[in-house]
Amino acid sequence: MITLAHYIVLGAVLFCIAVAGIFINRKNIIVLLMAIELMLLSVNMNFVAFSRYLGDVSGQVFVFFILTVAAAESAIGLAILVVLFRNRATINVGEIDSMKG
Amino acid sequence: MNFNLHDLVLLAPEDFLLGAICAILLIDLFLKPAQRGITHWLSLAALIGTIALILTDHDPATTAFNGAYIHDGIAAVLKVFILGVTAAVFVYSRGYLRDRKLYIGEFYLLCLFGVLGMMLLVSAGNLVMVYLGLELFTLSSYALVAINRDSGLSSEAAMKYFVLGALASGLLLYGMSMIYGATGTLDLAKIHELAAFAAGGPQSHQALLAFGVVFLVVGIGFKFGAAPFHMWLPDVYEGSPTAVTIFIGSAPKIAAFGMAYRLLEGGLGGMQPHWQEMLAALAVVSLALGNIVAIAQTNLKRMLAYSTISHVGFLLLGLANGTPSGYAAAMFYAFAYAIMAAAAFGVILLLARAGFEAENIDDFKGLNQRNPWYAFVMLMAMASLAGIPPLFGFFAKLLVLKAAIDAGMLWLAIVAIVFAIIGLYYYLNVIKVMYFDAPADKSPLVLPQDLPFRWLLSLNGVALLVLGLYWGPLIDWCYRAFSVG
Repeated sequence: MITLAHYIVLGAVLFCIAVAGIFINRKNIIVLLMAIELMLLSVNMNFVAFSRYLGDVSGQVFVFFILTVAAAESAIGLAILVVLFRNRATINVGEIDSMKG
Repeated sequence: MNFNLHDLVLLAPEDFLLGAICAILLIDLFLKPAQRGITHWLSLAALIGTIALILTDHDPATTAFNGAYIHDGIAAVLKVFILGVTAAVFVYSRGYLRDRKLYIGEFYLLCLFGVLGMMLLVSAGNLVMVYLGLELFTLSSYALVAINRDSGLSSEAAMKYFVLGALASGLLLYGMSMIYGATGTLDLAKIHELAAFAAGGPQSHQALLAFGVVFLVVGIGFKFGAAPFHMWLPDVYEGSPTAVTIFIGSAPKIAAFGMAYRLLEGGLGGMQPHWQEMLAALAVVSLALGNIVAIAQTNLKRMLAYSTISHVGFLLLGLANGTPSGYAAAMFYAFAYAIMAAAAFGVILLLARAGFEAENIDDFKGLNQRNPWYAFVMLMAMASLAGIPPLFGFFAKLLVLKAAIDAGMLWLAIVAIVFAIIGLYYYLNVIKVMYFDAPADKSPLVLPQDLPFRWLLSLNGVALLVLGLYWGPLIDWCYRAFSVG
C-alpha cells in the first residue's frame, strides 16, 4: 500500500538531489538546468500527492501553472547559456568566475 | 468559482498596463532605430497612465477573482511607488542605453513586463498569484541582465542570477506545497484562518507547517537578497549594464516587501512568533555582512550592492515586528531605499559616457571641482543611505529601529545601530573622494544633453533633503494603508 508519506518522501528525495546537483556540480551548466527542472518536478509531485490526498483539485491546477512557467524558465536559461557560450566559449561552472569579492 | 465582469474593473491598472505593453510591443516593431524615442515616451506614458488609474480609483478594499487578487490601500501605495520609480529609471537610462547601442524596445518592454509582474505580486491573494507575479518579474529581469549580449560580464551575471533565482523559486514553491498540504487551500486568507488551527493540530500538520514557513522565509530571503542568501546580488549589480542595475536595485525591493507582507502576514500571520526569529536572524547577518564587506569594495556598483544587503537587513527589522505599524515602517523604508538608490545610480549614469562606465569609486575623484551640483546630489544620496539626519534615510532608519524596539527586540536595534555606524565609513569615503581628492581630469564635466534626465536627477537629490524634513505626509500615507491611527 503506497501512502501519502511515500510520495512526500519521494518528493523530498528528488528535491534534495536537485539542491545537491546545484551546489555540488562543478562541471557543466546544463546539469544545473536539469537540476532546476528536477526541483520543480519534485514540487509538482508534492502538490499532486497532497491534492489527491486532500481531495482538492486546486493543487493540481497549480501544477499546470508550474509546468508552464518551468518551460518558460528553461527557455530563458538556455538562451542565457547560448549567450554565455558565445562570449566565453565555455560552459564549465568553475570557469564562470570573473567577478569576485 | 464564478467569473464576474466587475473583477476586471478592479484590475483596471493592470488591464491598462497589459494593453499598453501589447500596443508598445507592436508599435516598436515598425519603428526605425532613429525613432526609438517614441517607444521611450509611450512607455513613460503607460506608466504614468497606470499611476493615474490607481490614484483615481476609490473602490473600497475588496478582492477579485475568488480572492486571487487583493484590491486594497497597501497594494495601491506599493504600485504607485513601483511605477513611479520605474518611470524615473526610464528617464535616467535613456542616454546610457543610446551610448551603448542598447537603446532598443526590448529594454522598455522587459521592464514593463517586470513591472506588471510586480503589480500582480503585491496584489496577490493566492499562492498561484504570488508565484506567477514573481516569475513574470524574475523571468523579465533575467533577460534584462543579459541584454548586453556582447558582454561576457553581463552574461555571466545573468547566468548566476538565473540559477540562484530559479533555486529561490524552487525553495519558495516547496514551502508553498508544504503549506498547501497542511491547510488544504491555496488561498492566503483561508491559509491565515487555518494555519493557526493547524499549528495546534496533529503533529504531522505542525511539522508540515514548520517546514513550509522555513522554506518560504528562505525563498523570500533569496528574493530580497538578504544574507546568507545574497550570493547573486553583488555579481548581478556589477555585471549588468548600469541602466539595468538601477531597475533591479530599486523597484523590486518594494515588490519584495509586498510579497513578504502578503505571504507572512496575509498567509501566515498566526505563526508570527515562528518567522519573527528567522527574520531577526536574517537581519543581523545581512547588516553584518553587507556593511563589513562593502568597506573592501572599489567598484561603486558592487559597494552599492553590499549596501543594499545591509538595507535589506533594516527593512527586515520592520517586517519582523509583525504589527501594522511595523509593516508601515518597513514599507516606508522600502520607498526610501528605492528613491535613494535611484539617486545614487542616477549619478553613475550621468557620469557614464560611451566607453566609460564611471563605476569605480576613483572615477568620482574631485567631482566637486568638476561639477559642484551633481557632486551635491551624490552627497545627498550617500549621506541619506548612511542615515545622516536630517535626510530621508535617517527617518526611515529611525522608524524601523523604533519598530524593532516596540517588538521587544532591543538587542536587534543595538546591533543595527552598531552596523549602521560601521557602514558610515564607506559612504563617507565616497563623499571624501568627491570633495577632497584631486581629480584625474580637471576639465568641467561634460553633461549629457538630456534635459529631463538632469532635471529629474536634481529633483531626486533635492527630494532626499525635502522628504527628510517633511516626511509626515508620506509616513501618514503608509500608516493609512495599514489603517494605523
